[in-house]
Amino acid sequence: MAGLTGKTIAELRDGFRAGEFSAREIATAFNDAVAAARALNAYTVETPGDALAAADTADNARNRGDLQPLSGIPLGIKDLFATAGVDTTSGSNILKGFKPPYESTVTLNLRRAGAGMLGKLNMDEFAMGSSNETSAYGPVISPWKRSDGGNAALTPGGSSGGSAAAVAAGLAPGVTGTDTGGSIRQPAAFVGISGIKPTYGRCSRWGVVAFASSLDQAGPMTRTVRDCAIMLEAMSGFDPKDSTSLDLPVPHWEAGLSSDLRGKRVGIPREYRIDGVPEEINALWDRGIEWLRDAGAEPVEISLPHTKYALPTYYIIAPAEASSNLARYDGVRYGMREQGSGGLEGMYAATRAAGFGAEVKRRIMIGTYVLSAGFYDAYFNKAQRVRALIKQDFARAFEQCDLILTPTAPSAAFGLGEKMSDPLAMYLNDVFAVPASLAGLPAMSVPGGLDAQGLPLGLHLIGNELDEQGVLNAGLAIEERAGFTARPEKWW
Amino acid sequence: MNAPYRLKGMTGEWEVVIGLEVHAQVVSNAKLFSGAATAFGAEPNTQVSLVDAAMPGMLPVPNRECIRQAVRTGMALDAQINKWSRFDRKNYFYADLPQGYQISQLYHPLVGEGTIEVLLDEKDEGSVRRIGVERIHVEQDAGKLMHDQHPTMSYVDLNRSGVALMEIVSKPDMRSPAEAGAYLRKLRAILRYVGSCDGNMEEGSMRADVNVSVRKPGEAFGTRTETKNVNSVRFVMAVIEHEARRQIDVLEEGGAIVQETRLWDPDKGETRTLRSKEDAHDYRYFPDPDLLPLELDDAFLDECRKSLPELPDAKRRRFEMMGISAYNASVLTAEVETAAWFDALLSNDVDPKQASNWVVAELFGALNRLGASIAECPVSPAHAAELLRLVADGTISGSIAKTVFEKMLESGDPAGAIVEREGLKQTSDTGAIDAEIDKILAANADKVEQYKAGKQQLFGFFVGQTMKAMAGKANPGVVNERLRAKLD
Repeated sequence: MAGLTGKTIAELRDGFRAGEFSAREIATAFNDAVAAARALNAYTVETPGDALAAADTADNARNRGDLQPLSGIPLGIKDLFATAGVDTTSGSNILKGFKPPYESTVTLNLRRAGAGMLGKLNMDEFAMGSSNETSAYGPVISPWKRSDGGNAALTPGGSSGGSAAAVAAGLAPGVTGTDTGGSIRQPAAFVGISGIKPTYGRCSRWGVVAFASSLDQAGPMTRTVRDCAIMLEAMSGFDPKDSTSLDLPVPHWEAGLSSDLRGKRVGIPREYRIDGVPEEINALWDRGIEWLRDAGAEPVEISLPHTKYALPTYYIIAPAEASSNLARYDGVRYGMREQGSGGLEGMYAATRAAGFGAEVKRRIMIGTYVLSAGFYDAYFNKAQRVRALIKQDFARAFEQCDLILTPTAPSAAFGLGEKMSDPLAMYLNDVFAVPASLAGLPAMSVPGGLDAQGLPLGLHLIGNELDEQGVLNAGLAIEERAGFTARPEKWW
Repeated sequence: MNAPYRLKGMTGEWEVVIGLEVHAQVVSNAKLFSGAATAFGAEPNTQVSLVDAAMPGMLPVPNRECIRQAVRTGMALDAQINKWSRFDRKNYFYADLPQGYQISQLYHPLVGEGTIEVLLDEKDEGSVRRIGVERIHVEQDAGKLMHDQHPTMSYVDLNRSGVALMEIVSKPDMRSPAEAGAYLRKLRAILRYVGSCDGNMEEGSMRADVNVSVRKPGEAFGTRTETKNVNSVRFVMAVIEHEARRQIDVLEEGGAIVQETRLWDPDKGETRTLRSKEDAHDYRYFPDPDLLPLELDDAFLDECRKSLPELPDAKRRRFEMMGISAYNASVLTAEVETAAWFDALLSNDVDPKQASNWVVAELFGALNRLGASIAECPVSPAHAAELLRLVADGTISGSIAKTVFEKMLESGDPAGAIVEREGLKQTSDTGAIDAEIDKILAANADKVEQYKAGKQQLFGFFVGQTMKAMAGKANPGVVNERLRAKLD
């Protein structure tokens, strides 16, 4: 992976501004890379014309001296974001062919910042999955292979699997992801890139197909921490069309980047040392602690006592919200319609039976169950109370520390098909990611190293509310010390 | 006190217990959670935003004006306003419900307990009843299905989808169809005074779910049924009568009332089962995660309170303090337009009592004949005041005033101009009056004899004859006085 597609967003931006290459050259290089990488199944829609048009606008803007922050940068967009006139299907058959007449706030922000769109990225259906295998378009194949000489196809993680694979394989310098319970961070860790989920409310959810409204957050996935800062700055901002949007100015995260962590205390939660996690992952965690110490931070042991309840809590709240959010896919107004037999009820049943995949159906059923009369208090209400306790855990922890370091995922990437028959094993992938989601906190995965099989492992930083800067700075400190330069060998 | 309303059955007397859930469409230019327009009668699907159609990724944003209207309504019912409330999703599938859930307020409504005072008999202050209001919450309306557009398919019109409704839930405090009718009329009047709902039941902007049960007086509440979407006061009263009688028949035949939802069939004049409790939806209510709790600050509440108009009860009491009869005060305050017209009349320096009598007798009679509402009245309050002043200062007589008013209705001209033009001014010219009296007494010498012999009733005859001879323009007081002088 050489040339323009091997560069970071910052490098492309700066090179483009310095006149080393044109935006059209950048767009063309990535368009070609996308077209040549269909074996990865990362993109569900390719929009080379969009990327070129934005590039031409950028080239003209450069001539006029009227550049925007992301002028000349083409991006991949997760298929969960509504893109005007371009298929937006959330990886689901039920929305096959759906072309929204509107643009999500986040992608509109990116366009206004000058970015172009390379295409829509494959994902788990409605963002429900941790391996990209629930997509109606079939799984994304990770560009990484194990170094064991075998040729097993690996997952890029999920739900932002297409997003992760695209960045890792040089099919986009940066992409949007969404994270409900780890869907940015786990895939970023699996493919050796950076990804940040900001504080809940930083990025507008307007025009992002909803999975679990109280948890869904958009964020960038890029090669570097700096690129995450650049992209997140462009994506964020108050949106009056989203009632849960934070009415706060967007900080200048890129300008604020500093890997000097002197005076910072890094919390190491003892509850995250769990059984069954490979020793390599705990070893990387220890290295991460040393890197942060080296950057000037002081490690402190902390306790997040309700951690073990996070996953079950998440798997009540997220499906409950999803069961309601997905009720609108009924065949009446848009998307798939199967007539079925038996009038309206028959049409609902036939449409939803044909349109949703197995994992989505499972979660709709779980969600419907936990909200049912007689079970609501025992499940949903109790889960809400536990969620409050988990938030409180973090609030107390942040009295003793400034940020928290953990592994991102309990394993490296696994093979396609390995966990599909065992939903609980699949759900365990997000055991470290989910607590921060429940608490609405900013969290990031940065590459830490490779495991014995040559696969990337990620380190996970959780910050206090609104402290994306602290997270990015610690990420930068790790990035500088980990020296992670590994790239998958091109086989596609 | 009126006698309690009782229904006779084979086993004795029964009492009916009634609660009403009124859905009132909020007056607002935009829907509860979207900017789409809300006008009635627009072409199908022309007032639908992306949010109302529940497109993927769309989010609700509360419309402050709808919240304000509901808060003002709550204040008008002297109800508790909850500064912290929250929206919940009520989940069910139907083709007129794009989201697959209605955004409503189950657990934490915007408005808590309040009261509505009703008079069962306008002439009788003792007939007052205080009906409790349990709560008011705001929620989205659904769209509308059209079954007559295609041989095998139904069409959906989403114009109404997402329009703000207030659900005003009464306590089970009503005990007769008349009480329920009075409650509905009073509620409607208050909503229209406040301006939070136009109260138009024909267009569906106000409709009621009627909860009815029966019991032997003094016993515990019976099992209730709920009859949905009844759209007139008359039908609500009919539903109660029919449903109470049906329940009594069932119970007296040894049956049991099933808690169920029923429908009113206005053609057959009966209710029938829509769905029983076993088929009841499980709505899976839960807090809407797209919306933050609704928190109201004092400045907002102050503005709501300051913007409230004088309400019917206060207005009625003020009118009564002016010497207006209880009946007139009640009739004049029942409708906001009537009250506004009458207040405008009062502001023109007229005698309140005389003015109220004139409005209730003459103006209402005329409007009735013309089939016009007070808003369409051809005579302005200022013109009416002029007419009343002409009577009060003796310029014209009461009977001439009726003639002048007719001409005002026809021409729209002011009273003074008509009186001037038609020469209708009352005369107190004793010379002219005496001359006519003398002629009448001479022509009726026999009656004069009878009067003097003690037949006092004949005095009226002489007055009538004199007025007739004077073409109604003689001052009746002067005529009386001159006649007495000559006869007594």
